[in-house]
Amino acid sequence: MSAVSERRQIPDRLGTSTTRLFASWEALLFMVAVLIFIANAFASPYFLNAWNLSDATFNFTEKAMVAFAMALLIISGEIDLSVAAIIALASTAMGAAAQAGIGTPGLVLIGIGIGLGCGLINGILVAGLRLPSIVVTIGTMSLFRGIAYIVLGDQAYGGYPPSFAYFGQGYVFWVISFEFFLFGVLAVIFAVVLHATNFGRRIYAIGNNEFAARFSGIHVERIKFTLFLLTGLMAGIASVCLTSRLGSTRPSIAQGWELEIVTMVVLGGVSILGGSGTIGGVVIAAFVMGLVTFGLGLLNVPGIVMSIFIGLLLITTITLPIIIRRLGRRKPA
Amino acid sequence: MIRQLFKYREMLLVVVIAILVAAFSTRSPGFARPANLANIFNDTSILIILALGQMTVILTKSIDLSVAANVAFTGMAVGMLNAAHPDLPLAAIVLVALGIGAVLGAINGLFVWKLGIPSIVVTLGTLTIYRGMAFVLSGGAWVNAHQMTEPFLQTPRQLFLGLPLLGWTAIVIVGIMYLIMSRTFLGRAIYASGGNPTAAVYAGIDVGRTRFYAFVISGTLAGLCAYLWVSRYAVAYVDIAAGFELDTVAACVIGGISTLGGIGTVAGAVLGALFLGVIKNALPVIDISPFAQMAISGSVIIAAVIFNARQERRRGRIILRDRGASEEIGVAA
Repeated sequence: MSAVSERRQIPDRLGTSTTRLFASWEALLFMVAVLIFIANAFASPYFLNAWNLSDATFNFTEKAMVAFAMALLIISGEIDLSVAAIIALASTAMGAAAQAGIGTPGLVLIGIGIGLGCGLINGILVAGLRLPSIVVTIGTMSLFRGIAYIVLGDQAYGGYPPSFAYFGQGYVFWVISFEFFLFGVLAVIFAVVLHATNFGRRIYAIGNNEFAARFSGIHVERIKFTLFLLTGLMAGIASVCLTSRLGSTRPSIAQGWELEIVTMVVLGGVSILGGSGTIGGVVIAAFVMGLVTFGLGLLNVPGIVMSIFIGLLLITTITLPIIIRRLGRRKPA
Repeated sequence: MIRQLFKYREMLLVVVIAILVAAFSTRSPGFARPANLANIFNDTSILIILALGQMTVILTKSIDLSVAANVAFTGMAVGMLNAAHPDLPLAAIVLVALGIGAVLGAINGLFVWKLGIPSIVVTLGTLTIYRGMAFVLSGGAWVNAHQMTEPFLQTPRQLFLGLPLLGWTAIVIVGIMYLIMSRTFLGRAIYASGGNPTAAVYAGIDVGRTRFYAFVISGTLAGLCAYLWVSRYAVAYVDIAAGFELDTVAACVIGGISTLGGIGTVAGAVLGALFLGVIKNALPVIDISPFAQMAISGSVIIAAVIFNARQERRRGRIILRDRGASEEIGVAA
């Protein structure tokens, strides 16, 4: 009950721009990132090494690429749980194409094309037929990964052309990997699209009040459709990077990534209810998650225990502000 | 009118399942034999029980993605308990399983009730935490059949009137859930808090507390299934029931339970689970690779969502749609 009334509360007066900056989610998250960085540096002597840090970025770059598009989708009030399955299907298609002797440019086109195709299907089902996105994408998640399983079974594809390895293993400049470079470029593009264009404003408008947005002349369905297409595209691009980095494809590739990507987005301060959030927050959240997993990895903590930390991180970062806000409200004004 | 449509929906599922069984028995004459049907029912028992828990949560406009992780943790706990204390009676072990499951469900419920965090975020977090805890508890070790006691393994296999006790357990749970949902204040409150939360509050129903109880029911049933699962497959390890939460959601969606909350019946959830069970058991009979199962259930989920949406629209919910749509991601899921 209290959650319902809390949600639409608007303060009488916004703080000054400096106080708002320091009180913002992004500032809090940034401090968490710095603390984790310092803790890592103390915990392991191998942490503060340019090449190690560069390797650490591979923990999050692919997921973050998808997380950018997912952030727009969640801000608009929808969600796509099929992203990891799209990565698997695109990777399977690229593997099959590589077996058929198709070269690197063709493989990239196929990977991105499959991503777009899957996004198209989600878009038609959610925006076209107006179905709830959670259930639809749970369905397409089984469908897409299921097709990968039908094609591959318990087999694996390998034998990608050597030049294909560049996307996941190449370096643009010194320790800056191609993936990290792409991550940076995409972060800037998504930040501009979300925060500086008409299209971005409309995404917020839809997420805050779809009904009002429709009456303001926004093509709600068209924008949602575009966002699903965009998410599919990003999953395709992430699939190219991941497949290139691993050099082989199994149908279980990127298993469970949808949850990590949603965690990244929510951790980045995007409201799961839609309507608010920034790309900057998602970028910092990507670093936080990457640093946590890398730091724990240096300490020989098994992957499944790391996932406990990620889960705790997700719940505490959402819970803390709510508890603090409540404690603050109890004080007499 | 609405009752008629409900009947129509469940009748339709019964007819579809009957047609499926008839079609499969043309390929393999033994398929429709009572013994085989009892076998299929027994095989689907765990999914039926978990789907009923999931249904309770979905009816209140929430979702529980942590059920499978709950099964993994509780299953590991009772498996280790049995191995460590073989003289402990089975009743005590089942009670422990129910208790642990209920506590894990209550944790989800408390976050949703007391802090108003969307259930999808909470259970996404606890999903990774609970499974991680199963690893921490066991250190990654397995509990194998030879470590389990005779009653622990054999009790659910005891035949009674041609059906193992596992199947009878499912029947008893179906009966209990039917009584709770149709004959108690709690059942009515569950429907009301999902169907129209605002109206439920005005009717004196504590929506948050009702959601909490729904999560406790889901957790308790998951605890029961944890014992049944470990006993049936005679092994406990960290990854048991991985991804099974989606099967429970799928069973609900196929059974006509609306993900917007408030609509659905016990019979629907049971039939939805049986539908998946029949298909799973039929695949080897009709010579389709077991790898195809995932893609098939994905397609069935999508088809069921499209079908549900058409049914709900026919019922005149289109008037409420825009409000429903804006709430569906947040509160609902």
